[in-house]
Amino acid sequence: MKVTRRKLVGSAAVASAAATLPAVPARAAGKSLTIGICSDFSGPYSNTGGNTSVACVQQALEDWGAAAKGYDVTVIKGDHQNKPDIGAGLARQWFDSGVDLLIDVPNSAVALAIAGVAKEKDKLFINSNAATSKLTGSACNAQTIHWTYDTYMLAHSTGGAMVAAGGKSWFFITANYAFGQLLRDQTSTVVKAAGGTVVGDVDYPFPQTTDFSSFLVQAQSSGAQVLGLANAGKDTVNSIKQAHQFGITQSGMKIAGLLIFIPDIHGLGLDIAQGLILTESFYWNMNDRTRAFTKRVLPKTPENYPAMGHAGCYSGVTHFMKAVDVIGVDAASSGAAIAAQMKKMPTSDDAFGECTIREDGRFMCPSYLFRVKKPGESSIPWDYYDLLHTTSAEDTFAPMATEGCPLVKA
Amino acid sequence: MVMILGKPAVALFAQLLLGIVHGSFYAMLSMGLAIIFGLLRIINFAHGAMFMVGAFVTYGLLNIFGIGFWWALLLAPLIVGAAGYGLERLVIQRIYKLDVLYGLLLTFGLAQIAAGVMTNYFGSDGVSYDPPDALSAVLKLGFMYMPAYDAFVVFAAIIVCGGTWFAIEKTSLGALLRAATETPALVQSFGVNVPQVIALTFAGGVALAALAGVLAAPVYSVNPGMGDDIINIVFAVVVIGGMGSIGGAILTGFGLGIIEGFTDVYYPPGSAVVVFVVMAVVLLARPNGLFGKA
Amino acid sequence: MFGFSRAQLYGFVILLVIIIAAPFIFYPIVVMQVMCFALFAMGANLLMGSVGLLSLGQAAYFGLGGYVCGYLVQSSGVTPEVGIVAGGAAGAALGAVFGWLVIRRQAIYFAMITLALAQIVYFFAVENTDFTGGENGIQGIPRSALFGHLSLNNDLSMYMLVAVIFIAGFLLVHRIVHSPFGQVVKAIRENEPRAISLGYKVEHYKWIIFILAAGLAGVAGATKAMVMGIETLTDVGTTASGLVVLMVLLGGIGTIYGPIIGALIIVGMQYGLSQYGAWVTVIRGAIFMLCVLVFRRGVIGELAYRLKTPL
Repeated sequence: MKVTRRKLVGSAAVASAAATLPAVPARAAGKSLTIGICSDFSGPYSNTGGNTSVACVQQALEDWGAAAKGYDVTVIKGDHQNKPDIGAGLARQWFDSGVDLLIDVPNSAVALAIAGVAKEKDKLFINSNAATSKLTGSACNAQTIHWTYDTYMLAHSTGGAMVAAGGKSWFFITANYAFGQLLRDQTSTVVKAAGGTVVGDVDYPFPQTTDFSSFLVQAQSSGAQVLGLANAGKDTVNSIKQAHQFGITQSGMKIAGLLIFIPDIHGLGLDIAQGLILTESFYWNMNDRTRAFTKRVLPKTPENYPAMGHAGCYSGVTHFMKAVDVIGVDAASSGAAIAAQMKKMPTSDDAFGECTIREDGRFMCPSYLFRVKKPGESSIPWDYYDLLHTTSAEDTFAPMATEGCPLVKA
Repeated sequence: MVMILGKPAVALFAQLLLGIVHGSFYAMLSMGLAIIFGLLRIINFAHGAMFMVGAFVTYGLLNIFGIGFWWALLLAPLIVGAAGYGLERLVIQRIYKLDVLYGLLLTFGLAQIAAGVMTNYFGSDGVSYDPPDALSAVLKLGFMYMPAYDAFVVFAAIIVCGGTWFAIEKTSLGALLRAATETPALVQSFGVNVPQVIALTFAGGVALAALAGVLAAPVYSVNPGMGDDIINIVFAVVVIGGMGSIGGAILTGFGLGIIEGFTDVYYPPGSAVVVFVVMAVVLLARPNGLFGKA
Repeated sequence: MFGFSRAQLYGFVILLVIIIAAPFIFYPIVVMQVMCFALFAMGANLLMGSVGLLSLGQAAYFGLGGYVCGYLVQSSGVTPEVGIVAGGAAGAALGAVFGWLVIRRQAIYFAMITLALAQIVYFFAVENTDFTGGENGIQGIPRSALFGHLSLNNDLSMYMLVAVIFIAGFLLVHRIVHSPFGQVVKAIRENEPRAISLGYKVEHYKWIIFILAAGLAGVAGATKAMVMGIETLTDVGTTASGLVVLMVLLGGIGTIYGPIIGALIIVGMQYGLSQYGAWVTVIRGAIFMLCVLVFRRGVIGELAYRLKTPL
């Protein structure tokens, strides 16, 4: 009697707790696909990724007419919270349960971790929001396509422009993880190649830092001409705001925001942001096609205009669907197969126009050097940029031979 | 350039000044914590959360009610202090009879709740709060530029800490507080409502944390993690100073801020951890802290 | 047998059945995570239950075990069992050093110093990017082959290894508690002055328990690193330290099945409620508070109390 009761109670307790563990779901049949958006929904990259990325993915499916063509596409989202272990765990779980495409992923450390999982599971990963050029370099694989931009583009475009304008001595404030370190290293190379010097560099823990005062003070006392911000998102916004509070701009030091997206400018306000030089590969107000795309997607994300990362989600999903249409849903369950098909076809969409994807997974698009307008020059909401210079796709990204990607035959 | 031990003097003074600004927050927060522990024997792990809530209330007062910084200095501590009073009467007083470590765990859970709720509404990155117009100038100090607001923080901290220390150690109200918590039965027999006194003391400590939060809003940018980030350091400060000593907490708070500043110049990676190293060393040599009374 | 009471023996049988069936019903990766955390919690439970000391820094050993194992397996190509043993040894070694420093302190100071020491380990991990990868962590830890021959690439094979480690750890802990050594520790817990007057070197016993807890944490961390293929700062942070305390508290301090239930509930919650984001933190905090206020015995402790038998 006693024994039976204990057994029942014991197993009931365990069973009810275990019921909260996720069971392995079955894969649906027919022309159905699942797209997973893994992004930062609550941290420093929530404006440059986050819900606007989701909106762009949905817009891509609508514009391409997935439903009309008979495709049943489920879109799921997950927050990696800027932690590589959470991102990798999420990717692993998603791929194991049949997600066909994982897209977005701001934060280079998480992106690298997910690229590894994508290779292990042979599933497609389109990174449209992280910067590290290692995704087409030492970490490249057959399942990963790097959309939108990378650190090489930023270092050469923004970095090069600042050096050419007279900024010869640099002090870096660096977010201490994969992205910040690589961006600082590549920009340093550009600076030194142009005859400049790197006077100092301070690394700060990411993503917990909101107070940059002691780094800014160090930068000032170094006497450098340029303050190089090897960080992004709200870190950049905070750094620039506090730089003003600590008199950096008053003392004549120039700020090089090596990675700035348009939501950051919106967060800073034109009073503080005017005159900043930055590089993006998409601007909503660039031409009629981009304006049309922005107009269509805005109702889904009224507070936040799309930046280049978001546009990359739109472009990536559009091209993915076109490729699936060619090889079929079943074949697309292999990441390498669908990636290979995507590399064969040129891309065409309202965000980036006509582009291509290189053998190493690098999406080739032109990049644009912008200067932020003065408060009086802006006429409509989010009208922030003046175009200074356009760099062709071939010159924007590193030559394939120099990247060190194992996929490319030497 | 004048050099001190291999680094430019300018850089050193700038970092020391910043260190005093950070030390102001450490001092204010550790003072509140020392009051709550010294008088009530509660290890308030939620102290950082109250600091954070104080900052968010400040933000809310401005963005929802249009109430500016100067009023917030008064209102936010009152609001959060009132919440602290309620907390003490409803929850905290139930655990006085338990092992002191349960108080730690209880307040730890409370801090998690506070941080979680704020993260859900504001995102983990939080919101920004600008310094009041009167203090938004930039002071040119010769060897560095400093926001006028930072100078104000140091001023305010010295006044608050000095005033509170004086009130507790030197006035009759303070004597009553200390008596009520040391020998409650005796004081109660004099007609003093001891549970009320204890609840008010807790509320007072919490209000101090919230006041620090108001002052912090323009400096640290208001985010849900700001409590967690600072509570570990503040605990170390209180432990180094001696867990019952209010004066010790204040001095150690400023002192550690300055040590952090030093470390920032000569060994930047160490500045985040120097506080804990000091704590480990001090505790091994003097188990009750520098000024502790066992 | 093994000093199990009737109820505990039945509990053990149920446990075995569940472990064998689980990977076919639930996502094996999650079940493996539960086992790793349960092992971690068992060590913490030894400290909190047998000796009555609250350590707020157990994650230091958990994370260090993971980093040592991950680093060795990835960079030096050692086989998994070597990595896991190394991780456990590293945790135990650090536990020996830290434990010797703190074991004489009174309860509150003990808790505070363990917190501070864990923070030091955390910042060591942040700075030494060559070893730990800093914020990036150690990524792409290969599973390779156990003893050089048994491939672990299949989730099921990995699961069997983790299950074996888990059961072994569980039996080890139980054996220690019911050994003569364990009896002395129990005596110290119940009446320390008397134990001292009987001539027992109380500090040594406490120190050994501390090392055991740290070693278990190290093994748990190393095993988890092998399962997930990645090791990051999350595992050395205060969140992880707080989480393991919660698991022990929720399960029931001092019970043998408590840590397992605690780990199951907490990890299960993380996965089951992951789409609710930060509400998981709120719920955890609420559970903490409830456990302290009205549920101090924990799940298994409460069950044991009702059934009037140790669990």
